[in-house]
Amino acid sequence: MRYDVFFAGYGGQGVLLAGNLLSYAAIHEGKNVSFFPAYGVEKRGGAAMCTVVIADGDTGSPVVGHPSVSVILNQLSWDKYADKIKEGGICLVNSSLVNLAGVTLPGRELLVIPMNQVAIDLGDVRMVNMVACGAYAAASGALQLDSLKEALKDTLPERNHRLIPANIKAIEAGAAAVFSARKA
Amino acid sequence: MSTPPRKFVKGNEAVAMAAIEAGVQCYFGYPITPQSDIPEYLARELPRKGGIFIQAESEIASVNMVLGAAACGVRAMTSSSGPGISLKQEGISYMAGSELPGVIVDIMRSGPGLGGIDASQADYHQATKGGGHGGYRIIVLAPGSVQEMYDLTMLAFDLSDQYRMPAMVLADSVLGQMKESIVPHPRPQVELPAKEWAVRGTGGAHQNVVKSLYLGDGEMEKFHWKMHARYQELAEKESRWEEYQTADAELMVTAFGATARIVRTAVEMARAEGIKVGLMRPITLFPFPKQAYAGLSVRCKRWLAVELSTGQMVDDVRLSVARDVEVDFYGRPPGAGSLPTPEELFEQIKKRS
Repeated sequence: MRYDVFFAGYGGQGVLLAGNLLSYAAIHEGKNVSFFPAYGVEKRGGAAMCTVVIADGDTGSPVVGHPSVSVILNQLSWDKYADKIKEGGICLVNSSLVNLAGVTLPGRELLVIPMNQVAIDLGDVRMVNMVACGAYAAASGALQLDSLKEALKDTLPERNHRLIPANIKAIEAGAAAVFSARKA
Repeated sequence: MSTPPRKFVKGNEAVAMAAIEAGVQCYFGYPITPQSDIPEYLARELPRKGGIFIQAESEIASVNMVLGAAACGVRAMTSSSGPGISLKQEGISYMAGSELPGVIVDIMRSGPGLGGIDASQADYHQATKGGGHGGYRIIVLAPGSVQEMYDLTMLAFDLSDQYRMPAMVLADSVLGQMKESIVPHPRPQVELPAKEWAVRGTGGAHQNVVKSLYLGDGEMEKFHWKMHARYQELAEKESRWEEYQTADAELMVTAFGATARIVRTAVEMARAEGIKVGLMRPITLFPFPKQAYAGLSVRCKRWLAVELSTGQMVDDVRLSVARDVEVDFYGRPPGAGSLPTPEELFEQIKKRS
């Protein structure tokens, strides 16, 4: 199997860390992975994007034109990238920061999750990327939640390992949000 | 769940890790995006291994430090991108003229001039045709994955020592910045010639002179023919390439580096629709694997070269394939937003099949 995911938000939302977490989780599952960050002169506040390709065999192109799953964390990314998702794909959108303005994505599954709010409810908005990762794993089936939890140790610097339990909760909350969005 | 001994690293970090494993003793460089992870890593790790890291005052200084260190017989390297690699050309020419080994890493960014920091393959001509003056060539290796960033950096040191000429690892900002899991192989046991020509200051012993100045009647001409023969030997023994789905291909796409990765997925997409298309990826750009192209083009007559430029490698492809072969070209010159997608290249394949 080959899974690809496009993650987009603004600098500071932890988009690149999220991509790293998904990558390490895939490695824990014995998969091959390519993590391709879009980088520029911006830092906090600028656009931040990355693509992760997970495959049993060769990962092939690190560049993906029409992702099978996109995780959209802010308005700019929604306006620019939502319609690039391929037919039959999934869009996970952070409705805390994105005004969908009635836009639907025909032929694609739209999962609307107030990711900022979920993170705030757990105590810190900075965990929005963890909510997003949990939501991605649950929505795509590409990765086990346990692998994500396991991968936190590799992804976070040692000084932040004390935050792993809180991050695990955020990952679980993201996954739970997908289950309830799909039931609704 | 298996956990093989893999490391998840950036392409640039893989270059630096391989250099250390290859026993590099000196790194000299100057920062520039998108390759600065290489000096960053080596600044931290190389001194721990007893090596020397110097951030020089300029690219020109750093390449000349490589020349000096190489003349003393130690493994030395530098790295840069577009503008910095241009500055280093004088030093590379002197190294070539002095038959000195040494590794230069070019993580290509867009140009000309200051250009930008996006992926490019437009340094192909500069790298493979002798970027400095005087008519020389250097070994040019083009990785297509983070694992190959590691493997080919290691190989660059050995080939450079073996053939006594500079070797370049030619990659781009996609390969430099992307992360993949790699297996960091230990340095292979390779029999290399002793550096009897090195200037080591042994005191009173035989005098060695490392220079690129040949004033005697016929000396320079002799040097050129000697190097010419060496380049031919290199082509015979060291040409490397990778074929994917070429056996029954009716259209052959050829590309190197990150572009070849994008093509590979486009080929998979086309194959899923029953289109008989293959990929020929040169790994050595100098020596260019001419024989392999010639061989493949005996059967497959339709070719497409894809590059992140308006077309440079395509010249070598056209010189290498059989004469009755038509080589088409599709290029995206470097710059923000110009990286082609697999879907785009799939359309290009479809149009031609």
